[in-house]
Amino acid sequence: MTHLAVALDGAGRHPAAWRAHGSRPRELFTAGYWTELVLEAERGLLDFVTFEDGLSLQSSWPDGFDGRLDQVRGRLDAVLLAARVAPLTSAIGLVPGTDTRHAEPFHVAIGIASLDHVSRGRAGWRPAVPVRQDEGGHFGRRDDPLVESRLNAEAADFVEVVRRLWDSWEDDAEIRDVATGRFVDRHKLHYIDFEGEWFSVRGPSITPRSPQGQPLVAVSARDVPSYALAGHAADVAFVTPHTRDHAADLVDQVTATADGSGRDVQVFADLVVFLDERPGAAAERKVRLDAWDGGALVSDAYVFTGTPAELADLIEDWRPAGLTGFRLHAGVLPHDLWGITRGLVPELQARGEFRHRYDTADLRGRLGLPRPASRYAISP
Amino acid sequence: MVKQIHLAAHFPGVNNTTIWSDPRSGSQIDFASFAHLARTAERAKFDFFFLAEGLRLRELKGRIHDLDVLGRPESLTVLAALAAVTTHLGLAATVNSTFNEPYEVARRLATLDHLSGGRAAWNVVTSWDAFTGENFRRGGYLAESDRYTRAKEFLATARELWDSWAPDAVAADPETGNFIRPGGIDEFHHEGRHFDIRGRFDVPRGPQGHPVIIQAGDSDEGREFAASSADVIFSRHSTLDSGRAFYQDVKRRLARYGRQADDLKILPAVTYVLGDTDAEAAENAAEIRRGQVSPQTALAFVEAVWGRDLSAYDPDGPLPDVDPDLGEGVSRGNAQFRGDRSATVAKWRALAAEKNLSIRELVIEVTGRQTFIGTARTVADQIDTFVQSDAADGFIFVPHLTPGGLDDLVDRVVPLLQEKGVFRADYTGTTLRDHLNLEAR
Repeated sequence: MTHLAVALDGAGRHPAAWRAHGSRPRELFTAGYWTELVLEAERGLLDFVTFEDGLSLQSSWPDGFDGRLDQVRGRLDAVLLAARVAPLTSAIGLVPGTDTRHAEPFHVAIGIASLDHVSRGRAGWRPAVPVRQDEGGHFGRRDDPLVESRLNAEAADFVEVVRRLWDSWEDDAEIRDVATGRFVDRHKLHYIDFEGEWFSVRGPSITPRSPQGQPLVAVSARDVPSYALAGHAADVAFVTPHTRDHAADLVDQVTATADGSGRDVQVFADLVVFLDERPGAAAERKVRLDAWDGGALVSDAYVFTGTPAELADLIEDWRPAGLTGFRLHAGVLPHDLWGITRGLVPELQARGEFRHRYDTADLRGRLGLPRPASRYAISP
Repeated sequence: MVKQIHLAAHFPGVNNTTIWSDPRSGSQIDFASFAHLARTAERAKFDFFFLAEGLRLRELKGRIHDLDVLGRPESLTVLAALAAVTTHLGLAATVNSTFNEPYEVARRLATLDHLSGGRAAWNVVTSWDAFTGENFRRGGYLAESDRYTRAKEFLATARELWDSWAPDAVAADPETGNFIRPGGIDEFHHEGRHFDIRGRFDVPRGPQGHPVIIQAGDSDEGREFAASSADVIFSRHSTLDSGRAFYQDVKRRLARYGRQADDLKILPAVTYVLGDTDAEAAENAAEIRRGQVSPQTALAFVEAVWGRDLSAYDPDGPLPDVDPDLGEGVSRGNAQFRGDRSATVAKWRALAAEKNLSIRELVIEVTGRQTFIGTARTVADQIDTFVQSDAADGFIFVPHLTPGGLDDLVDRVVPLLQEKGVFRADYTGTTLRDHLNLEAR
């Protein structure tokens, strides 16, 4: 059985998606748009959705704004977007991304823990290592050059602080003991005393331990430094294979970096998908989008065009390479999301390759991950 | 002319106002508690729902203070979720201007404004201390004297970011191929003492333009900041006399900034207790105060003021005869013990001697007497009198129970205010600026 996630961003992964038939470009900044997308993903029984985020206006350039106004520009804060849809959904996992260079680990830790509380155990988090140098100018504090290995090392520290803060309240810290007047047992609250090169954080968190204890941590693994980040810090890694053999190689590289802490990283392959029932239609549609945009879609993830059955074939072919599942970036929203939920999912179900119902309410459980005890808890 | 009253609901906080020992007291962290209180406030057509912020657990004598409710979620995350289960209620988040950066706060507030259809508010607070700073990468705490200069510049910078997108910047026009209208997004460049930033903001202007700005400072600087920049003041002046003096003082300052009296709403934080008779309400009020001040809590208050360990003293006995330690104190992260402690000691000793009070009786006497106590009719009349006599423009109600602490206010008092024609019977607008009768910005 495969696991399936979907990545949501703007009008879809293609820069010209907003011009496509059925797109709702004027609603990209409304709650209704996002709610409908996530409800559709939940009707399709998908494992989780990810919400992209960044701290700068989107650009086709790596180092600054490209001046293009013919593509979607502007986005909403991903954690808040996930929280906004949480009460209206009941099973699907919600995985927002946040920056790891300019954000405060403390704020991120309590934000994701709070998302886990409001979603009753469906929160995940994608620590996103920044790629845009110009974001430093939005904060005015950090103008040191972006060096991949250093950025990933800082992100690793960031994740460590967040994970410690999530554990800093033991599950049964709240006691409400009227006889002694104590609301909590302070011996079950812990300073985390993290000191590193980039920051030090004292703790404990202000937010009690969340339903999952440790919300799911998912990392995009795109290069050697980020493979190590994924192996050391993450529960899930997103990789970008272009063939089955490539997938096997990437799975090896990511899992080889696991540090023996007992946490196995599960690997999902990122795919950009354009789906239509009529053979050839999806490819034609992509050609039209490329023409609107003035060039072929640029993507580090493999771009699939075809029918849902053809995508199911690819998934069946690649998954034994060691993949837990796939994160699908819909080329155009909502069209290609429907292709997933109403085309791909029934096809995989018919082949016995995908669930027919949600069996767990929490996100970790769906991926077979146990709920960990706090690292600070003394074993009985 | 009869003034219209503005009402808000404060989620019970992490201090001893909130009674956790009552059997009716529910979870302080489950989303259901937040949803209950928000829906109750919306059922009553309140203006907004308010969440405070905590960035460090309070400590007493070097240990985490364990007697009060402790622990809370991140405000904006919960408010975004509440936007899904309410339709009109304003959603106010407290966000610190010392341990955040304008770009990030501006994008989160603008996001909440979009996701709530124009219901976001930001309570700008200025905690500055090194104790809180230990949880943050910038460690960056401020000299106390700088907290308002940073807050002012922070808010001004956030406004520059919100204004950098034109209201009609998103064209999304397949005909012209423009997603963004040419000229729709300006570059921002702010150069000041606290921030030197430039670039392009990445969230479109929210439905309200700028979220509603709330300010709670009470010092001269705080009042001036509110007069220049805030839409609402969260005030602590909840008696008729001090309320009127504060109201007059702050409203007088508005002209300096070219603003009208109505541009800034003054909403004191208040508590209330109801009874079927005024006498019964008074009894209920005394009972609640005893619940708020357990023997251990009473001793903790005295320790915080005395600045030393007093655990050997009996809370039901007299005040300690030892002198206070006026050094750096034993309380951390609690603003109410930052004042002149030696004056407080003298005052408490005099009061205890005069009324022959034990430690616990004294603390009950000097802390947290409820603002409005009486029958529903009495309380409704008091609320109206305060507002009509310019001691307030309305109130932020702080219940002592989670999550049902405003149920009786909403069921019994609000209908009387509506009957009097001084509080809305239904929402007439959709945004928080509409409810507060504030100009769009």
